[in-house]
Amino acid sequence: MIRNNDVKMVPLPSNAIVPERDVDKPPVLSVHQLGIDFGGLTAVDNFNFIMGRTEIGGLIGPNGAGKTTVFNLLTNVYQPTRGTILLDGVNTSGKSVSQVSRMGIARTFQNIRLFDRMSVIDNVKIGLHNRYDSNLLSSVLHTPGYFRHEKQADEKAMELLSFFDMQDYAQHDAGSLPYGAQRRIEIVRALATEPKVLLLDEPAAGMNPSETEELAENIRRIRDTFGIAIVLIEHDMNLVMGVCEGIAVLNYGRIIAKGTPDEIKSNPDVIEAYLGKQEDR
Amino acid sequence: MKKKIVFKEKYISYLIIVVMFAAAVVMIRTGTASRKLQSWLVPICINIILAVSLNLTVGFLGELTLGHAGFMSVGAYAGCIFSQAVQNVMPAAVRFPLAILVGGLSAALFSVIIGVPVLRLKGDYLAIVTLAFGEIVKSIIINLNITGGAAGLRGTPQDSNYIWAFALTLVTVVVITNLTESGQGRAIKAIRDNRIAAEASGIDVTYYRLMAFVIAAFFAGVAGVLYGHNYSITSAGTFDYNKSIEILVLVVLGGLGSIRGSIIAATLLYILPEVLRDLQDYRMIIYSVVLILIMIINSSEQFSSVKELLDIRKAFRKLFSEKQKGEALNDQE
Amino acid sequence: MDFLSTLISGLSLGSIYALIALGYTMVYGIAKMLNFAHGDIIMVAAFTVYVFATVLKLPAAATIPLAVLFCMLLGVTIERIAYKPLRKAPPLSVLITAIGVSYFLQNLALLIFGSNQKSFPKIINIPALKLGQLTIKGESIATLSVSIVIMLALTLFISRSKMGKAMRAVSEDKEAAELMGINVNQTISVTFAIGSALAVAAGVFYGATYNFIGPYTGSMPGIKAFVAAVFGGIGSIPGAMLGGILLGVIENLSKAYISTELSDAIVFAVLIIILYVKPTGLLGRKTNEKV
Repeated sequence: MIRNNDVKMVPLPSNAIVPERDVDKPPVLSVHQLGIDFGGLTAVDNFNFIMGRTEIGGLIGPNGAGKTTVFNLLTNVYQPTRGTILLDGVNTSGKSVSQVSRMGIARTFQNIRLFDRMSVIDNVKIGLHNRYDSNLLSSVLHTPGYFRHEKQADEKAMELLSFFDMQDYAQHDAGSLPYGAQRRIEIVRALATEPKVLLLDEPAAGMNPSETEELAENIRRIRDTFGIAIVLIEHDMNLVMGVCEGIAVLNYGRIIAKGTPDEIKSNPDVIEAYLGKQEDR
Repeated sequence: MKKKIVFKEKYISYLIIVVMFAAAVVMIRTGTASRKLQSWLVPICINIILAVSLNLTVGFLGELTLGHAGFMSVGAYAGCIFSQAVQNVMPAAVRFPLAILVGGLSAALFSVIIGVPVLRLKGDYLAIVTLAFGEIVKSIIINLNITGGAAGLRGTPQDSNYIWAFALTLVTVVVITNLTESGQGRAIKAIRDNRIAAEASGIDVTYYRLMAFVIAAFFAGVAGVLYGHNYSITSAGTFDYNKSIEILVLVVLGGLGSIRGSIIAATLLYILPEVLRDLQDYRMIIYSVVLILIMIINSSEQFSSVKELLDIRKAFRKLFSEKQKGEALNDQE
Repeated sequence: MDFLSTLISGLSLGSIYALIALGYTMVYGIAKMLNFAHGDIIMVAAFTVYVFATVLKLPAAATIPLAVLFCMLLGVTIERIAYKPLRKAPPLSVLITAIGVSYFLQNLALLIFGSNQKSFPKIINIPALKLGQLTIKGESIATLSVSIVIMLALTLFISRSKMGKAMRAVSEDKEAAELMGINVNQTISVTFAIGSALAVAAGVFYGATYNFIGPYTGSMPGIKAFVAAVFGGIGSIPGAMLGGILLGVIENLSKAYISTELSDAIVFAVLIIILYVKPTGLLGRKTNEKV
């Protein structure tokens, strides 16, 4: 515990690139030497990453580069073989997936994972669960306290849904909604956990250009409204270059380049990684 | 709009039980209920409690467990032994509610002991382990002296009656309905729909799985106490895996996650074989064929039109919400 | 010596469980369903043998092939009528259907043969083997030797034959196998046929060992074999063999040295412990859910 507190005091490393506005504050997420092996096969290695408190970061790379694995490591779905993850200075090692969520890392999934048979508002209320929960006895007895909690959760959920203009969908079954709406609900549900860091795994997959445009706008709006850091994995380069302030490029489980969008665009290693991928086709 | 429907459905469940109780009272008071009919009342209530509580694990949590009868027998024996011990000390009106608590809590305690190691397992593995647990309980009870061994336990005061039975049924239905629509119930359903997403949303999966498992076991124990105090003899053989499967069939036929469905299935499937008693030799065959046919009609695509015909509720809803649905679809475009 | 003879009868009982467990595990591997009615096929097999041998007085050499044929047909028919329409249904619906089939078979047998136990015809006439003080019953010798041959043949069939490869492919990935031109329906039928044929062997040995059969004869060995399949890792063929044999040995040893009445409890307790240590069974493969 004492060590964790010590870490909290550590300022940003001098070589870290974060937006100007975050420079004076300790990083919200700092990842050191992270790596994982699957049965002797190294999937991610030597992954170092720092996120400013309100930064929008991008994680890009060819298919199979290990991007989603990084998200799974950050959320403790996989236990890392080596390295540390400090969330707001606190080591997340050994914590369960749900504990990490409560500590402040929220995520969406590449293949949408909603609670299909539950209504949209109930999906969001799952995200709110740890903040507006009443105890078992009052739930079972439906005491006034229970109704008060439910009302608060309802209001909060509607407020969050209205952020994406989705109040009207509140009572629909989540599984019955169109793809784009489902992606938005997943983001709302993640936001409901009041995260410090939001991880978006290919949020633009399957979207048309105008929807992607809207998504870019929404990502910035989330950052400005909630004041949180956002990391996105994305293949849509226009989106990544448009909204991200810092980008890390992953290939074969290692970071091959880090920098601003402009730096990444002109980086020869990155170009090779992507052209190589085209040759494979 | 939708919210209102949810509330209505919940009250229909309560209403069914209250109406059944009222009908029973009227028939018994006016003397129109035959002895046979009267003897059905407590077993029907036991069936409902078992089905509704198992629905919590199978329907709402989405985990197949085949040990419900095991918890029922733990409750039955704990309650019966308690009642026998205090038979001369307390009047029935004090003794029985305490026996109910003793039985329910014993079953719940057992479910914690078994649940902590076992709930790491999923799917078929969980099913087989819970089945194994039920069989172990049965073997142990048969081998103990305090339980009366293989001959069964005699001399329990017959404190069960239909009033207690209906009251406990109503309590079970209210508690489980309230639970499923509360935050805890949402967490349980979320685990069913997508465990990984639930975890990532901060839901402590182990805790809520155990919670559903333990609450279901508690009510199975309560049903066991009712059972043990309704008959002159309680024998462990009654609570084997076949009993667990019988309860599972009620839950699946009534509809996973439908409490009202469980109530109806539990009632009808008790009455049906009783009514078919004249057909003695054929009734179980008819029952099994009906079971297979219902499953095939319910789940196969070829019969979807038949299914729609049979699903009156859906038809009604369709009739009333046609217009609304159209609007919603337009929204999505 | 006592220990040795207990061990041998345990191995013999275990091979019966293994034969049944193979049927469970193969069907699970290929159709992804728990065929709860599989245990009752053993009962049907035993009654078929009873009808042919005791009622119709056919010689043993004709009885067994006829029983095998009858049960294979039965297995395939059950699959076609009851399970095939449910291929895409949730697993629980399929399980309930299988339970319905199990009830159906039991009650049909009850209707035809009544609830009184029938004595199983003596079709295995092998004298007991005496080795010093050790006596091995003829039934045990037959059960053990035939089971070993059957299991070897099955292993060869699965690993070498074209159909065996198709079966493995279907159990690996049904859609992909279909795309590769494998007839999935036919493969599933063959699996049910083989499972039922194995059940006949199990039924004959079970009847020969316990001498009496009734409508519920298949129920408990069925459940135990199901446990054995899970024990060994459901879906794994060597797992079913190992699980079955271990189960039989544990059961017999606990009967001999601990308590006859508690032997079932001990068997099930061992299962729980094994699954606690190894949640996918002894030889089961770990499946990681992709996130």
